[in-house]
Amino acid sequence: MSDLFVYTLRLGDDALIAAQRTAEWIAAAPQLEEDVALGNIGLDQLGQARSLLQYAGSLDGRTEDELAYFRDEREFRNLQLCELPNGDFAHAMARLLYFATYQQLLYDELRSCADETLAGVAGKAVKEVAYHVDHATQWVLRLGDGTDESHRRMQAALDALWPYTAEMFESDALVQRLDVAVDPSTLQDAWTDRVLAVIDQSTCERPSSSYQHTGGREGRHTEHMGYLLAELQHIARSHPGATW
Amino acid sequence: MVTDETILEAVGEVTDPEVPVLTIDDLGVLRGIRHEGDEVVVTITPTYSGCPAMDLIRHEVELTLRSLNVDGRVETVLSPAWTTDWMTETGKAKLTEYGIAPPTGRRAVGGPVALALTVRCPLCGSPDTTELSRFGSTSCKSLWRCNSCKEPFDHFKAI
Repeated sequence: MSDLFVYTLRLGDDALIAAQRTAEWIAAAPQLEEDVALGNIGLDQLGQARSLLQYAGSLDGRTEDELAYFRDEREFRNLQLCELPNGDFAHAMARLLYFATYQQLLYDELRSCADETLAGVAGKAVKEVAYHVDHATQWVLRLGDGTDESHRRMQAALDALWPYTAEMFESDALVQRLDVAVDPSTLQDAWTDRVLAVIDQSTCERPSSSYQHTGGREGRHTEHMGYLLAELQHIARSHPGATW
Repeated sequence: MVTDETILEAVGEVTDPEVPVLTIDDLGVLRGIRHEGDEVVVTITPTYSGCPAMDLIRHEVELTLRSLNVDGRVETVLSPAWTTDWMTETGKAKLTEYGIAPPTGRRAVGGPVALALTVRCPLCGSPDTTELSRFGSTSCKSLWRCNSCKEPFDHFKAI
């Protein structure tokens, strides 16, 4: 497996697993407009995942479907943040704020990298995730600065997901070796500034947990990943080669 | 021998299945044509990464090529990234007539301030409108309401 394959897989798996969780909100969001919004956000993420997994597959002799449906848990390289269960709506918006802000910074760097395909995918995606960041920001402000109950839930969600944020910025030998890769550690300061500015304005407290989970990039996942993959993959595995 | 102009004109008439008043030429989805040996390659670009209309558009372009007896294929390109700036003036006029407010000015990616420009109601022309949701019936649209005629309408987002 080449470095470029593994790097592209990381980005593609983040987008795929995020899309799967986002899609679970369809018909379960608090209002119709939000069903539509989360449906569209999930579709953007899925589109990014498809472009990235097609590219990864082309480097490794596999199709996007083989990569999405016929890999096991330990072969997925996504962040643990993406696979956590949805929780309540405040959790969805906290995750979207954390993840989309990271993607926005990452894609913004990646669109000027020397790899034409990665740069092309990033150039499209950066415009899409700008809408995701806006959407999450509006909701975190509204819920955090809303009623006592919405404030309590927003705070709980920001706190619960914070220990999964440092993993986004972990650098390793691969990203340092691969010249087209963006070293995610270079994004952390800008991310922290942007996210804390939203949290401050929402009247929530800055999350303070110092413990941080890790392992997704090496294929070590939370207990929730297996269930997610079961739902994502079971039709393709029960009916190999089926199309509809 | 079918000329490039004839081919572009013919495939440019393929419509977007989600906004059937717009052709792929109006939208700027049709990017160009080139020759590889005896083969004609038509390039198209998606509006959004996840645009589900792309498969159908690709299929219809292939059918059009076949109807012209042209040996060709369709290639999807991602770069340069599609922007609503590529939508033709004809396309914008058709959208308004169809009841969808056309894209306004585009905001800079990563710009510090997202300046909101007035979106006119496509039904009564009033500038007094409110955004209900950033996201609408398809990826490329947002949902609005007119405060004058009270009708809801779609707005083609500027990106």
